[in-house]
Amino acid sequence: MKREQWGSRSGFILSAVGSAIGLGNIWRFPYMAYDNGGGAFLIPYFFALLTAGIPILILEFGIGHKMKGSAPLTFASLNKRWEWLGWWQLAISFVISVYYVVIIGWAFNYIWFSLSQSWGADTIAFFTENFLGLTGSPFDFDGIRAPIVFTVLIVWTINFIVLYSGVKKGIEVSNKIFMPILIIILLILLIRSVTLPGASKGLELLFKPDFSRILDAGVWVAAYGQIFFSLSIAFGIMICYSSYLPDKSDIVNNAFITGFLNCGFSLLSGITVFGIIGFMMHQSGGELPAKLSGVFLAFATLPEAVNQLPFMQTFVGVLFFISIVCAGMSSEISISETVVSGIMDKFNLSRKKVVTGYCLTAGLLSLIFTTGSGLLILDIVDHFINNFNIVFAGLIEVILLGWFFNLNSVKDHIHPISDFNVGAWWNFCIKILTPIVLGITAVQNFIGDIKTPYGDYSFAALAGLGWGVWVSAIVLSLILSLIKWKKPLKIDH
Amino acid sequence: MPEEKEVILTFGAILMMMFGISLTWGGASVCIAIAIKKRNI
Repeated sequence: MKREQWGSRSGFILSAVGSAIGLGNIWRFPYMAYDNGGGAFLIPYFFALLTAGIPILILEFGIGHKMKGSAPLTFASLNKRWEWLGWWQLAISFVISVYYVVIIGWAFNYIWFSLSQSWGADTIAFFTENFLGLTGSPFDFDGIRAPIVFTVLIVWTINFIVLYSGVKKGIEVSNKIFMPILIIILLILLIRSVTLPGASKGLELLFKPDFSRILDAGVWVAAYGQIFFSLSIAFGIMICYSSYLPDKSDIVNNAFITGFLNCGFSLLSGITVFGIIGFMMHQSGGELPAKLSGVFLAFATLPEAVNQLPFMQTFVGVLFFISIVCAGMSSEISISETVVSGIMDKFNLSRKKVVTGYCLTAGLLSLIFTTGSGLLILDIVDHFINNFNIVFAGLIEVILLGWFFNLNSVKDHIHPISDFNVGAWWNFCIKILTPIVLGITAVQNFIGDIKTPYGDYSFAALAGLGWGVWVSAIVLSLILSLIKWKKPLKIDH
Repeated sequence: MPEEKEVILTFGAILMMMFGISLTWGGASVCIAIAIKKRNI
C-alpha cells in the first residue's frame, strides 16, 4: 500500500500549524504570561521556542519524513526496542482525543447559547450547574447530558468524515477551511477587544514586564512547558504528519514557520483575551475576574464579558465559540490521525476500517465525559496526561534520540532537501538543553504530585484516573510493541 | 456602574508587545519569503 501524501506544501504547513494551535493557545498562554512576569515572560518563552520547540519539531519532522511512518513505525525502524515509545505517544493521543472532543462539543453548545446569551448573569453557575450538571465526585456520574452528547456526536461525525476522506482530501482540505476562518475571526475579535473601554488596562497587565522574574527558575520551566504543550510535540503527531510529505520536501524551514505561527497566534490570542479582561475590570471598577485560564475562562468569564458588551453581543459570542471549534477541530483531527496511522501501519489495515473502528471506540469512551462528573474526570486525566505522560514521553524521546542515536544521520537526511541547514546548536539543544529542562520539569511534577495530591480528589480517583491511566498507557505500549508487524520493517542503520 | 480611569499603556508594555509580535509574525514572514523564493509553497 503506497503511503498517502499531502497535496501541497501549504497544505502540510496549515495542517501542522492547525495541530499546534489549539485551545491552550487561547486559554493557557495568556494566563501563563500574565502569571510569570508579564512581558518579561516573552524572553524565556522565545528562548524555549528557539532551543526546544523548533529543534524538536525539526527532529520529529526529520525522523517521520526519513522513516515514512507513524510514531510506532518510525521508532521501531530506528531501533526495534524503541517501538513501545511510539505506542506510548499513540496512547497519549488516544486519551486526549477522547476528552478533547467533548470540549469542542461544549463550544458547539455555546455557539447556540450565544444567540440569546442564555447563560444569564451568573455564568459560572450556568456552566457548572445548568449545563454540565456537575456532581461532587468523579465517580458520581449522575447520567449523561443529552445536549452535550448531541454536540459530541456532531464533532465525531466531522472527525470521521475528515479522517475517512484521507490525508489530501480530508485533513488537508479541512485545515484549509478551519485555519483561514480561525485567523479571520481572531482578527475581528482582536479589533473588537482592543477598542473596548479599559482594554489598555488588560494589555498593561499582560505585557508590563517584571524583569526580576527572569531570575526565577520556575518561570523558565513554565516557559519551556508552555512551548512543549503548545507545539503538539512528543505525542506522535508531527512524526505522523511529516511522514506524508513527498520525498523532496523542506523540513527545517517548515519547522520554523510552524513554530513562529503558533506563537504568533498565541500572542494575538493573549491580546484579545486580556483586552476583554481589561474591559471587564473597567466595568467592575478595577476588579480582576475570578477565572483567567482554562475551561472557566472560555465558558464562564468570556460569556460574562459578552453580557457586558455595549453592542454586538451575539456577534462576538458566536465568533468566539466558532474560533474555539476551529482551533479544537484542527487539533482533534491531527490527534486522531496519529492513532489511525499507527494502527494502519502496524496491522496493515485499510484507512476506512481503522477510522470506523477508532471513531466508534473513542466515541463510546468519550460518553463518560458527557456525564455529570465529566469535567472532574477530564480535569484529572488532563493533569496526568500533561504533567506525566507528555513530559516523560518527551524526555525519553530526546534522551534516546540525542544519546543513543546518530543525530547527524537526521541532519544528513534533511539538509539536502531543506531551504536552509541547522548547525551544531541543534545537536546541543536536543542532547543537552532540552533533556535538562524536561528532566527538571519531570522531577518537579513527580515530587509535586507525590507531596501534594492534585486537587481535592480522593485517592481512588487519582489512582484510577490519573496514575492508573499513566501506568496502563505504558503497559499497553509494551504489549503492542511485542506484536509482530504485518509487513516487514525498514530498519535504519 | 463604577468606572475606572483609562490606563495608558506604559513604554515597557508597548515594547514587549512589539517585540513579541515582530519576532513571531516577522520570523514567520521571513521564513515564508525564503520558502517562496526557494520553491513553490
